[in-house]
Amino acid sequence: MSDTKKYLVGIFDDDDILMHAVKDIRGAGYEITDAFTPFPVHGLEHALGLESTRLHTAGLFFGATGTTVALSMIAFINIFNFPTDFGGKPNFGLLAYVPITFEQTVLYAAIGMTVSFYYLCKLWPGKTPKIIDERTTDHLFALTFELDESKDSEYVNAVSELLKKEGAIEVYQKEV
Amino acid sequence: MASHFESPIREPLITGNKTYKQVTHDIVRPTTGKLQPKWMFWTFIAACGAALFVFCIAWEVYFGIGTWGANKTVGWAWDITNFVWWIGIGHAGTLISAILLLFRQRWRTGVNRAAEAMTIFAVICAGMFPVFHMGRVWDAFFIFPYPNTRGPLWPNFNSPLLWDVFAVSTYFTVSLLYWYTGLVPDFGTIRDQSKTPGRWKFYNILSFGWIGSAKHWERWESLSLILAGLSTPLVLSVHTIVSFDFATSVIPGWHTTIMPPYFVAGAIFSGFAMVLTLMLVARYVMDLQDYITLAHIESMNKIMLLTGTMVGIAYLTELFTAWYSSNIFELYIFANKVKGPYWWAYFTMMFCNLVTPQVFWFRKLRRNIYVTFVMSILINIGMWFERFVIIVTSLHRDFLPSSWVYYSPTWVEVGIFVGTIGLFMFLFLLFCRFFPVIAIAEVKAILKVSGDQYRQKQLDEVKDQEVYKNITVGAGAWD
Repeated sequence: MSDTKKYLVGIFDDDDILMHAVKDIRGAGYEITDAFTPFPVHGLEHALGLESTRLHTAGLFFGATGTTVALSMIAFINIFNFPTDFGGKPNFGLLAYVPITFEQTVLYAAIGMTVSFYYLCKLWPGKTPKIIDERTTDHLFALTFELDESKDSEYVNAVSELLKKEGAIEVYQKEV
Repeated sequence: MASHFESPIREPLITGNKTYKQVTHDIVRPTTGKLQPKWMFWTFIAACGAALFVFCIAWEVYFGIGTWGANKTVGWAWDITNFVWWIGIGHAGTLISAILLLFRQRWRTGVNRAAEAMTIFAVICAGMFPVFHMGRVWDAFFIFPYPNTRGPLWPNFNSPLLWDVFAVSTYFTVSLLYWYTGLVPDFGTIRDQSKTPGRWKFYNILSFGWIGSAKHWERWESLSLILAGLSTPLVLSVHTIVSFDFATSVIPGWHTTIMPPYFVAGAIFSGFAMVLTLMLVARYVMDLQDYITLAHIESMNKIMLLTGTMVGIAYLTELFTAWYSSNIFELYIFANKVKGPYWWAYFTMMFCNLVTPQVFWFRKLRRNIYVTFVMSILINIGMWFERFVIIVTSLHRDFLPSSWVYYSPTWVEVGIFVGTIGLFMFLFLLFCRFFPVIAIAEVKAILKVSGDQYRQKQLDEVKDQEVYKNITVGAGAWD
């Protein structure tokens, strides 16, 4: 937690203005580090040029794992480990396995995806968050630009000007 | 603005010219400040109910199932009636949050959070009944398939009772994950609004350190959508499997293929009734009329009219099928339901579930809060009696007339049932005080589509056109 980074922050008060600004700023060739919004703004991730999440693909694999575990376990138990004669019916009664297999598929997919979500986002109970601006969970929107060694004051001025031109209500630097 | 467009003739879902900041303020406000005496009073009453539950359960565990009125003939009685009733109530939450999300029904955002909370609390209450019905509750873990020294002896994977164990536990887990993941960003909002370090810390732990980064939101939306997709068949499967508990047996009155759709419709019906009972009070006490509008109430009443009528058709179909089957046992059981010793239960069920919901054909009554509240209570009662009719009247006169009985509950059974209502209310009151009752982020996301001032703006753009001439937005315009 000791390593802090310096950011140039532009604050917006409207999601439509923000979307427009993101497109223009990226069009001008500046890299936006991150955006913080109080609610999911549709299309923002594409405007920022983020790769689409593969969380749903992970969900498919978790679900398939659930299906496999449930089916193979029930089949193993009913056929080999504990075969029981239910009025001469076959031990492998696939239709009767459907409900539990379905429930296990859903359960594995849901738990797997939720855990992956928190893992990928690096969120856990008790984490000390690096909050850029407290108002971004309320009513404002923030764009951040990381300022490392390579960024000189010329860069800062240019981006600040651009942010203001695009409708940012505040522009400031912050270390978190 | 194109992404925010919706036909201006649609009713606004957020009234009062709200801004993003006001939305935050209105929903966070009930979680702040000193505890209200009124809240403490009702929470104390509910806690007494929960204590009654604990006492009656302890009594039952110590003295055994003999303390109940259930007997050899009526083996499933109040206990399973209550189980099915509570599970049914839980269905509205997942329906609102999952199925209505997939159908892009924006009115779900006002009520989904509270309805999901209700689902979780209702499933907690429901789960108690089959567990304590086992009698030797300390052996309850025998229901799980795990390698053991008893053979190994496995549960019967072909039995609907075991399917039910898997269905209910999966339903509870998935609902909990879905609900909590939705809550995380809103806890972040409350944290950032907190004025004291203790409060900040408390909500920071609950929020998992949420900061609202664009990438997090994208993953969050993806997760919500997939969980909704998974929950949609799940919610239908749970009550289907509960109905299998009955339908796969050979008891006349239970052994029918109509059971799954009939149970699912009934579950959604009773779930919405309970959502309305709670939310009509909550919106008034917590001043949320701008977020849970008459449009929301009307939409829910429409769903109740639909599902209530489906249930009614199922009742009539059952009677027809019994007559058409020419099977004397089937015929007798239904004649006994209608005019046997439990005729009053059948009458209550028919009256509350089929007859009275028909008032919702009238728009004026759908939008009347008092009518809606009375109806929601009637439906809750009616749906409890539906399960009572299915279970007790089908069992109390079995194949052997010498074992016919008239079942009545004992104080222990009544106490456990009343106690679960207390437990449910206790959890719900805690939720109302400490959690955001309305999904803050989701309401903000639809504000520009369904907020009244934005709707007015959209209307202003098109009002020169002939079709929009007589349309107005705002209070009273839709009554």
